[in-house]
Amino acid sequence: MDRQDLLSLYRQMLLIRRFEEKSAEMYALAKIAGFLHLYIGQEAVAVGAIAAIGPDDYVISSYRDHGHCLARGTDPCLVMAELFGKATGLCKGKGGSMHLVDAARNFMGGYAIVGGHLPLATGLAFAARYEKRQQIVLCFFGEGALPSGHAHEAFNLAALWKLPVIFICENNRYAMGTPVERGVALYANVTETARPHGIPTERVDGMDVLAVRTLVCDVVQRVRASPGPCFIEATTYRFMGHSMADPAHGHYRTKEEVEEERKRDPLTLLRQTMVANHLLTEADLKPVEREVAELVASAVKFADESPFPPREALYEDVYHE
Amino acid sequence: MKMSTMSSPLLLSYREALNQAMREEMRRDGRVFLIGEEVGYYQGAFKVSKGFVEEFGPQRVLDTPITEAGFTGLATGAAMAGLRPIVELMTFNFGILALDQIVNNAAKIRYMSGGQLSVPMVIRGPGSAAHQLGAQHSQSLEAWFCHVPGLKVIAPATPHDAKGLLKSAIRDENPVIFIEAQLLYGTKGTVGEGDYTIPIGKADIKRQGRDVTLVAYSKMLLLALEAGEKLAGEGIDAEIVDLRTLKPLDIETIVASVKKTGRLVIVEEGWHFAGLGAQIAESVYSQAFDYLDAPIVRVTGEEVPMPYTRPLEDAAIPDLARVVTAVKRLLTRG
Repeated sequence: MDRQDLLSLYRQMLLIRRFEEKSAEMYALAKIAGFLHLYIGQEAVAVGAIAAIGPDDYVISSYRDHGHCLARGTDPCLVMAELFGKATGLCKGKGGSMHLVDAARNFMGGYAIVGGHLPLATGLAFAARYEKRQQIVLCFFGEGALPSGHAHEAFNLAALWKLPVIFICENNRYAMGTPVERGVALYANVTETARPHGIPTERVDGMDVLAVRTLVCDVVQRVRASPGPCFIEATTYRFMGHSMADPAHGHYRTKEEVEEERKRDPLTLLRQTMVANHLLTEADLKPVEREVAELVASAVKFADESPFPPREALYEDVYHE
Repeated sequence: MKMSTMSSPLLLSYREALNQAMREEMRRDGRVFLIGEEVGYYQGAFKVSKGFVEEFGPQRVLDTPITEAGFTGLATGAAMAGLRPIVELMTFNFGILALDQIVNNAAKIRYMSGGQLSVPMVIRGPGSAAHQLGAQHSQSLEAWFCHVPGLKVIAPATPHDAKGLLKSAIRDENPVIFIEAQLLYGTKGTVGEGDYTIPIGKADIKRQGRDVTLVAYSKMLLLALEAGEKLAGEGIDAEIVDLRTLKPLDIETIVASVKKTGRLVIVEEGWHFAGLGAQIAESVYSQAFDYLDAPIVRVTGEEVPMPYTRPLEDAAIPDLARVVTAVKRLLTRG
């Protein structure tokens, strides 16, 4: 285990955590509006998986997309400005929390019709293969997307045409307020939903960033060597509500359950691993905490000081002229 | 003069014109590919892609399973990544299954991304009724697509326009809905030679006239032309505007014609309520109200699911008698 390597993973997860906490704060201050779905609790999935791919590969996500975008390396200032609806935002304030896009990093967007972006992921993979580029696609979605027709049409096409797309199902156990047991017939092992399409499947502890990265590295290698899709279930848990309109536990899950799951906080787990392996002490993390806090504070400052888009921007980018 | 140096127009069917347009564009640009049900070895459900899989191979002519949402979404993703897909819907009725991909993804990705991504894609296939295909295969849904910002919508009536507009659509950087008609595929017309395109968003006056303007598109254009001939025999000189592109609408051409004739009849096969003609009428009222000698008249499809039996089906779709009657009634008004 390499100290710098683990510290870098930790820093990325911490950035997402602090960014999301700050977003919640800004939402309470009405600096951010609309729907805001926080990634807190699931950081190890995005960070571990995206650490396993190269800069040319594609990433596409659902509406809970801040974590994937930040893990891809997008400047937090641009993401926060987008959440604030500012002209300097990643998408000029036109996309918002659920529709982040960073084309320069092949982060192909967050999509808010559940399951609707899985066919897009197959198209990105199709284009890569068509042009004989070695790119693969990481497609993130929640287990709530699994029963959708879009998902199964995408699974079938990806398997049929052996497209290099890795479907990463972040099973956080709740589709909004509906537990997986009440939404997915094969809830006991959701990888079973992809297997009838002939897609190889894997499961990983989505709270363990190292396990996620190791598995995804392995899968990426396999997909590059012999193109075809793979389905990974990353078992995880969201510590916050579905969106800011939903309290942390709501009526559909108990406070005790949330407290219990918080004991497996992905940041705590990595910290424990690093300390147990004598790679660093808790004190060594202080500068990282400070650096990340400053970065997030600067993102808020940037977003706050940026102008809203002018009225003329309303009509820009409807069509490619 | 040698025959080989003479440039003479070609007589082609609408189907052949579409075939030529796609073939030329696929030869011109390796990023263009055709995807849909039965487009390859079957040669297209309506034989529009005859010979394609033989010329371009199965990597560029992709037969899909019956999965409109899946393959339209796949094509959208491929367009985002730099390819230029042509999606063939076996009919636009099946496009309803792909509406989420078209409306929520293809039409909005450019805007939502603040201009970072674009979706250069054509979605084409037949719309409107043929003969006795029943309620689920006979719909004219163009108004649905026209309602959505981010989409362009084309519905050509002649082989010449079909070829030139399809080539423009394939070269366009935006998602373009290209609506053909089953009953048009076999119709023939002269088609310009060589590599010509027709600009999107330009209507065409198919018949000059002074007394009344008829606006129509796709299959209904042929009906309007027929009505124009019949009316001419009765001393009524109709001007016939073929929209060709439904969105963006060429309102200037329509308004210029209305200013000349003072009367407007819109012929459309789609349902009356919230149909395309309602929008055209609103645009004309707002720009040429003072030039109108009488209220605008719409001849539309009846507000029913399409019945199977021929007499009732005929009753549900605009026909010559209804168009001619509508024009005459309008002219006797004032």
